[in-house]
Amino acid sequence: MIVKILGPGCRNCQNLEKAARQALADLDLDATVEKVTDYAAIAGYGVMSTPGLVVDDAVLVAGRVPSAAEIRQLLEARA
Amino acid sequence: MSALTAHLPTTRSGRGLALGAAAVAWAAAYWVNEQLWDLVFHDLLAMDPDARLTEGLHFFFYDTAKIALLLTGIIFVVTVLRSFMSVERTRALLGGKREGVGNVAAAGLGVVTPFCSCSAVPAFIGFVAAGVPIGVTLSFLIASPLVDVVAIGLLLTLFGLKVTIVYIAAGVAVAIVAGWSLGRLGAERWVEPFVFETRLGGQVIDSTAGLTFDQRIQLGAEEVGTVLRKIWPYLLVGIGVGAAIHGWVPEDFFTEYAGAGATFGVLVAVLIGIPLYSNIAGILPLVGALHDKGLPMGTLLAFMMAVVALSVPEMILLRRVLRPQLIGIYLAVVGAAIVAVGYLFNLLLA
Repeated sequence: MIVKILGPGCRNCQNLEKAARQALADLDLDATVEKVTDYAAIAGYGVMSTPGLVVDDAVLVAGRVPSAAEIRQLLEARA
Repeated sequence: MSALTAHLPTTRSGRGLALGAAAVAWAAAYWVNEQLWDLVFHDLLAMDPDARLTEGLHFFFYDTAKIALLLTGIIFVVTVLRSFMSVERTRALLGGKREGVGNVAAAGLGVVTPFCSCSAVPAFIGFVAAGVPIGVTLSFLIASPLVDVVAIGLLLTLFGLKVTIVYIAAGVAVAIVAGWSLGRLGAERWVEPFVFETRLGGQVIDSTAGLTFDQRIQLGAEEVGTVLRKIWPYLLVGIGVGAAIHGWVPEDFFTEYAGAGATFGVLVAVLIGIPLYSNIAGILPLVGALHDKGLPMGTLLAFMMAVVALSVPEMILLRRVLRPQLIGIYLAVVGAAIVAVGYLFNLLLA
């Protein structure tokens, strides 16, 4: 599983990364977390509001920071 | 999942109760605020109510508590309401709009769309990719920080309806005129080429569609925390300077240099405001104190707008998509529009 955090590196992006890592740890999932900071690449995912959460190239959340619990549900729903 | 939904009614009424309790606590705190500081300074510490130090300290603590309370309430309500709009929906609404009508729509949408300046670049790319003209896109980007909904709430409670309406009308007008002018000047020439080459891939995700009520409430509560954490230094400095002006600066000090009669008052205020960077909430207590000292409202509104709309961090962000020439013209056009608004309102509100 590849998890990508889209965003230029603002506070929200850091919070999102933290929440995502927490959710992955809770579910005991083995995943690589990558940061995408290039604006053209972010737009390439159809994301206009940062931060964005991408799991295996599908955008799950954009423009807000979901809680670790919400990310956990989203990940479980995909599994 | 079904176990979760089975518990929902109780948790929902619990949440409703918590919201109600929070509202009551908020109103009570707001109501006792002034009496509390009267009690502390005049009775408990037995300080002379007319002494400058007492007045300054009272002003500082009372204003800090008042503005913190107002911000908490306003940010929460505004965030929950605005969670029904999104940049993505605004983009869809603006797609296919021409200049003129588009500038008006973009300025209006800039006010109501939830928008973080950290998303300015992806939003810019997204708008351009949807065929929104550059001038229209700029109207949106100018209006968004300029006519801040939190500022509207604060102005309304601190200065009343008339000033608030003037502020909204002025900000929207500046965004329309400046965006339209920049479009007419052929701003496309000075946009970084990669913006035109970038395509918005996949399906555009609407950032706030389909949120549950609980999620919107959570969004509001989080936003209060985020904003207060970000702005408290500006707020304390603004109120501190405001308290100092309130207590120590002689009545006619400012009116002599920047009063209604001063020809260059607005121009100087805007030139001082551009490099200054503060949050609108930090600027308002200062504006309040200066207003008490007799500075005209047009000059103060112009100062406020220059501080929030034109700042170095914002320009650094926009530099990613705009060439230096356009940044320069942008500063000049928006600055000139703000100066014009300042003079106009000094005439109208005098």
